[in-house]
Amino acid sequence: MVKRVVVLGGGTGGTLIANRLRRQLAVDDVITVVDRDGEHLYQPGLLFVPFGKIRAESITRSRARQLHGGVGYHQSGAERVDIDASRVHLEDGTVLPYDALVIATGAALLPGETEGLAEATERGKAFTFYDMAGAVALRDALARFDGGRIAVNVVDMPIKCPVAPIEFSFLADWYFRSRGIRERVELTFVTPLDGAFTKAVCNRELSGMLDGKGVQLVTEFNTGEVDADGGRLVSFDGREVGFDLAVTVPVHGGQAYVGRSPGLGDALGFIPADERTLQAKASPNVFVIGDAADIRASKAGSVAHFEGEILTRNIASFLRGQPLSASFDGHTNCFIESGFGKALLIDFNYDTEPVTGRFPGRIGLPLLRESRLNHLGKLAFQWLYWHMLLPGRDIPGIGADMPLAGKRLGAPAAAGSPVGSLTGTRERA
Amino acid sequence: MPVKIYAGTEVTVNDEGFFTDPQQWREDMAPEIAAENDISALTEPHWQVVKFMRHEYAEKGTGPSVRALSKTSGVSIKELYELFPKGPAKLAAKIAGIPKPRGCI
Repeated sequence: MVKRVVVLGGGTGGTLIANRLRRQLAVDDVITVVDRDGEHLYQPGLLFVPFGKIRAESITRSRARQLHGGVGYHQSGAERVDIDASRVHLEDGTVLPYDALVIATGAALLPGETEGLAEATERGKAFTFYDMAGAVALRDALARFDGGRIAVNVVDMPIKCPVAPIEFSFLADWYFRSRGIRERVELTFVTPLDGAFTKAVCNRELSGMLDGKGVQLVTEFNTGEVDADGGRLVSFDGREVGFDLAVTVPVHGGQAYVGRSPGLGDALGFIPADERTLQAKASPNVFVIGDAADIRASKAGSVAHFEGEILTRNIASFLRGQPLSASFDGHTNCFIESGFGKALLIDFNYDTEPVTGRFPGRIGLPLLRESRLNHLGKLAFQWLYWHMLLPGRDIPGIGADMPLAGKRLGAPAAAGSPVGSLTGTRERA
Repeated sequence: MPVKIYAGTEVTVNDEGFFTDPQQWREDMAPEIAAENDISALTEPHWQVVKFMRHEYAEKGTGPSVRALSKTSGVSIKELYELFPKGPAKLAAKIAGIPKPRGCI
């Protein structure tokens, strides 16, 4: 019998899972990807746009063209998912019944959730580099900026790519040094976490680097208001950080249709799922990949990539009526751009926090240490993204399971911590 | 592990004062924990939040974030901070006898 798989979202996770499933499933099985717009954005590239290091046009491509022949593409927003009837209702009126549904609609930016943020953005006092329009506007604002206070502010967790705001701070230091006006710029990193990154080894490294670059660190700051007139961030417990220009990472949530789909998402619109099988708690025939999921893993492209391999096997098993045997270990891999042509690399999973050593094995890229090699790795990654990751090809030596070889485990900070606090968890205020 | 006595019963807590075993918690301990954290009286809204924290912990294995707490309970984040000035999710978790809420990066 012909099976119908609907993939909601044609970003990183949706594209690669559709392409992988196309190879795995029978040729008669129908795979349809749905997205509300036609442009696929290479999101890791956004970090470089404000500094003029990457052209906006060079990081977007056609969504449909990233899909293999034999994968259908339907352009429309989603209205709601009817879990009981196994149907997706689209904004254009189409109804798509499914045997398996993959939710790959990522996270939405919700600046409206923070008092004053929308107004501050409109008035050119606050910017975000988390979408293209914001990144381009920030590029122009930075070019005009010739001194004053810049606050880099993470409003609330969870966010996509939790290291990106730290990278932004590193790159801002480099950018103003290159322009010869670094001493006229005060950089402050303002986070709701209790450290730059909270996890012992990684936090020590990154906090030390912020310090070394003269970036002030304000922790446990839960932003309640962005005051454009007064040029200040105000926390819910009444603390203030002054700014002339705010670079904010707005609150994230799930997409609006999740809220219109009873039983599908949690209070924030993310999809609760089994963190190992990636099956949604809502229903056995619903699966989740990438940022849309409410699981312990980071919201990062590498997570979607590693999940893809696991989820392909589990969906194929599900459609054959077999138990789900593939298990995601929480593997995450992030380059952390540190400026001056260098970068760090971290590699971790649910049970192992980022440590030093090399990746993927004893001979490889240095972990948790600045190097030119890692920077080149980060740059090369865009090619891998379009040509290997999205088409759903395996990248040699880099599999779903986190490699242990090459890692210096058992470092004092890693020992004895409970699983739940290892892979980048945070304390909430 | 440090030991504390609340309502005449010995319980184990971590270095920051969070219960390590939520089973050891009883309602009559909550006012004492609150008092230790500068909340002199637990009002009805305090109790609603505390009970909600325990319910969420039982369901999901972790307490909710402030934002999730606000969305689900209908109490605004500002009001939650008025109830629990040092940070609603953390303080309410402590008073509710559940571990410190964790989130994902």
